[in-house]
Amino acid sequence: MIPGPFSYHRPATLAGAVKLLADLGDDARPLAGGHSLVPMMKLRLATPTHLVDLHGVADLKGISRDGDTIVIGAMTTQHELLTSGDIRQSLPILQEAAALIADPQVRYLGTIGGNVANGDPGNDMPALMIVLGANFRLSGPGGEREVAASEFYQGAYFTALEPGEILTSISIPVPPAGHGYAYEKLKRKVGDYATAAAAVVLTMAGGKVATCAIGLTNLHETPLLATDAANAAIGSNLDAATLKQAASAAEAIMAPAADARGPVEYRKHVGGIMVMRALQRAAGRAA
Amino acid sequence: MAKTHVTMKVNGAEVEGLVEPRTLLVHFIRENLQLTGTHVGCETTHCGACTVDLDGMSVKSCTVFAVQADGSEITTVEGMANPDGSLSALQEGFRMMHGLQCGFCTPGMIMRAHRLLQENPSPSEQDIRMGMSGNLCRCTGYQNIVRAIQYAAAKLNNVEFKEAAE
Repeated sequence: MIPGPFSYHRPATLAGAVKLLADLGDDARPLAGGHSLVPMMKLRLATPTHLVDLHGVADLKGISRDGDTIVIGAMTTQHELLTSGDIRQSLPILQEAAALIADPQVRYLGTIGGNVANGDPGNDMPALMIVLGANFRLSGPGGEREVAASEFYQGAYFTALEPGEILTSISIPVPPAGHGYAYEKLKRKVGDYATAAAAVVLTMAGGKVATCAIGLTNLHETPLLATDAANAAIGSNLDAATLKQAASAAEAIMAPAADARGPVEYRKHVGGIMVMRALQRAAGRAA
Repeated sequence: MAKTHVTMKVNGAEVEGLVEPRTLLVHFIRENLQLTGTHVGCETTHCGACTVDLDGMSVKSCTVFAVQADGSEITTVEGMANPDGSLSALQEGFRMMHGLQCGFCTPGMIMRAHRLLQENPSPSEQDIRMGMSGNLCRCTGYQNIVRAIQYAAAKLNNVEFKEAAE
């Protein structure tokens, strides 16, 4: 399994990378961790004739805090998320999800930018980005712009990225102290994409759910924000009837593909279960 | 396709070569450097047989281009023995605990376990199982691989290796 031939570029600056991608046009692809793109190239399902490796661009790395916002450079790896004290303290749900992505070797190279920008319905981070209200900073020949994660995903492998644009960083508002969170992912084995997964971030007040957001992974061609399911949970103490109601509301918007992970009915059914488990576990963690 | 000049430090030695950009790191290691301890297993980023240590990270060398590793420092299983040629603690652990049968996955297992123990010198059994979850073995059922790594951790920590009760 040898990829088709291509030319390799390793720009040292973001401006250099953007210019290369603009000049080379559709035949060029940016290379981040490469753990989605390189396997596709080995199968010849992707045949870019130019790869623009972003590893030399220092500006795309790192995790910083800007007031109540965490800014994560697009080339930050899953391994770096897992070992970051800032992420552990402020966005622990990212660590819970990152630990469920692929395997340790892949996490050393796989990046959060690649995970969110690829548009693969199986990627885990996009649903979290929507739940957390993240914004994506994009840089292209026309300059810089910000797009909300909730506006970014348009279809499978189809995003708001314009030709020549690169995702440079992700800004995530820090959830309130004492929030509860959970990412429940059903998968067949280590390294697999989710059969179904649900992300929950909520706050509790007086034993009842005060605020709640629920995201769904790999249950539609784009990540979903399950608003009706979250509204069902808000104001309740997550009794059995409410959990079932939230699961049904979430199942109503799911449209998974039937594949080796199971038929549509099964994936929706376990998707509902992931929602119930994530709600319960998040509530148990909330202060 | 024009070839690109790459240099790396592999097992402590400076090496160089001319590669096509599409040359995978595992092929550069095996074919250009003639270091065939690193195995090509599934070629699909699943099995971990091709795992090498690249700048302090365990990576699957079938999913990295050699050009990406230009300027890096790499350790392969050939670099794992002690300087006097005796077996390292991990290699000894795999031998003593029967951590292999056919041996195909072993170079990747040892390279991954090496980085795991660098990051977590006293891993729990769960830490080992999660830390090794990117490496597949079709022979052992993993029990003896876990024991081999526990043996190595104990030896590196200068404590007596105690097998968990069955």
